[in-house]
Amino acid sequence: MGGIYALIAVGLGLQYGVGRVLNVSHGEFIMLGAFATWTLYTVFGISPLISLVICGPVLFVLGFIIHRTLFQYLRGKSESIGAFADNSLLASFGLLFIIQNVALLIWKADIRGYSYLESSVSIFGALFAAHRLVALLFAVGISLVFYYFLTRTRLGKAIRAAAEDPETAQVMGVNIHRVLAICFGLGALMAAFAGVLISMMYEMQPTMGLEYTIIAIIVVVLGGLGSITGSLIGGFILGLIGSIVTYFDPGLSLIAYYVMFILLLLVRPTGIFGK
Amino acid sequence: MDIVRVVYKRPFTLGLLFLVLILLATIPLYVPPYPVISLTSVIMYIVITVGWAIFSGPTRYISLASAAFFGVGIYVSAILGQILPLPVLITFGGLVSFILALFIGLLTLRLKGMYFIIFTFGISELIRHFLLWWETNFMGTVGRWVVAVDHTTVYYIMLIISVIALLTTYLIRRSKFGLALRSIGENEEAATHIGINVTILKTITFAISAFFMGAAGAIMATRWTYIDPKIAFNPLFSFMPVLMAIFGGVGQLYGPVLGAALLAYLEELLITELPYYYMLLFGTILIIVILFLPSGLAGLIEKWRKRGSEGQYANTRR
Repeated sequence: MGGIYALIAVGLGLQYGVGRVLNVSHGEFIMLGAFATWTLYTVFGISPLISLVICGPVLFVLGFIIHRTLFQYLRGKSESIGAFADNSLLASFGLLFIIQNVALLIWKADIRGYSYLESSVSIFGALFAAHRLVALLFAVGISLVFYYFLTRTRLGKAIRAAAEDPETAQVMGVNIHRVLAICFGLGALMAAFAGVLISMMYEMQPTMGLEYTIIAIIVVVLGGLGSITGSLIGGFILGLIGSIVTYFDPGLSLIAYYVMFILLLLVRPTGIFGK
Repeated sequence: MDIVRVVYKRPFTLGLLFLVLILLATIPLYVPPYPVISLTSVIMYIVITVGWAIFSGPTRYISLASAAFFGVGIYVSAILGQILPLPVLITFGGLVSFILALFIGLLTLRLKGMYFIIFTFGISELIRHFLLWWETNFMGTVGRWVVAVDHTTVYYIMLIISVIALLTTYLIRRSKFGLALRSIGENEEAATHIGINVTILKTITFAISAFFMGAAGAIMATRWTYIDPKIAFNPLFSFMPVLMAIFGGVGQLYGPVLGAALLAYLEELLITELPYYYMLLFGTILIIVILFLPSGLAGLIEKWRKRGSEGQYANTRR
């Protein structure tokens, strides 16, 4: 689970850290990814691993367009970056309601699920469900590829520059609006990937998004708002703590997350890796 | 300031308010029960939204803890409903929320902007999940029954709470206290430097706003009769007041009332038949308002009214 948390959190961290949009509808993109995969698998018989390649780019484009139209306009209108952060938070609430209810109209409120790679695999004597292993592998793989992209490519550099200081980045020749829209799109892409992987393991319904958004926000705060490496590590930490608490009492895992979250905000609001 | 206009306007506005109040107070006498029950929900949203705006309007701190205060009121009513008489029960519901808000307020002193928003959200979710866990593990049953009260009484109590909430907002806005709050919203650091005790001011206002939410929750519980943590601490009760207040516009006293009344009425119309379309519409309205009407409906009305009076009072204002 930690791998998936990391994936979700990196997406949200990218949207907030670079674009200052605390995207509360992040979970809705995850839900869209999961339901698209479900539809592709049950109706067309397309393997979830192939729908990674389909859902990712589609949601990337959707995210890109949303940022280009909605958030770019809002950013231009807001008097300060703080005001923009507040406004964009509220606007993404609007997005949440829209996406969730369109999904409810299309897929109805039923709980869905499918079985894929149900067989179990034995590693060092311990048994694991194959789909969980595949999901973990892909989550780690995608995170590593993304990390490489961010640190080694030109666009990755531009993104990091925009995260540090948007204005200076612009002066240095970074097309800031394009970079921000790409970041938002990449956030949606990560959400789509996470959604596809989640759909292999868990049941789903159109209202599942908020839960994942909350987890993502907790992880992002844990790692430090704005720090992408922090989100990556925070995700694994939260997944680990979640597993430990679930071992003792499954009902306590969400409570443990919130307690941790609140204590963290009180003691060290900048997160573990924040500056 | 054009004093003449203010003096002329006041008796008219007062009269109108009085008329509306009389109309609302007599409604249960000649209207069948169902519309009265709907109207109670509308007024409930007005109370929560006005309560929210008491703190978040002038200070510009967006709180997502409304569900916590509302839910605490509901739970007080559920636990003590059989012991205490109704007026005491409702005041007590408000007071418990008040104390909780004081506590949260003292905790969140250092947090600003985004951190404050997510903290308040986190704390209300924590309470919800903790209660759910507590009830499933130690009570054996999830949820409780609340002593029912007939719908006319609920309606009148809600109406009284809403009048008190509005009156409080009005008095705060008119006082030095309100001015200090607004200065926090404009620039908190400057407010500190001119000698305003920002900490105490914020905490007390936060608690006052929570009082009304708690009171509304305490009376609403008696109408719902069955409650559990999922109903009482539904995060929608945190989002709705924010959206309603922004839709109506927090700059004016009547903004939150207008926003809450319109959207809550829309909800009453659509929620049973077409719930998904209602929420869809809700999201769309929210985005449109944020993009094109940053000061809400009230801002639009004020702009329009100013334009109307510009001809008569050219260049006298400012």
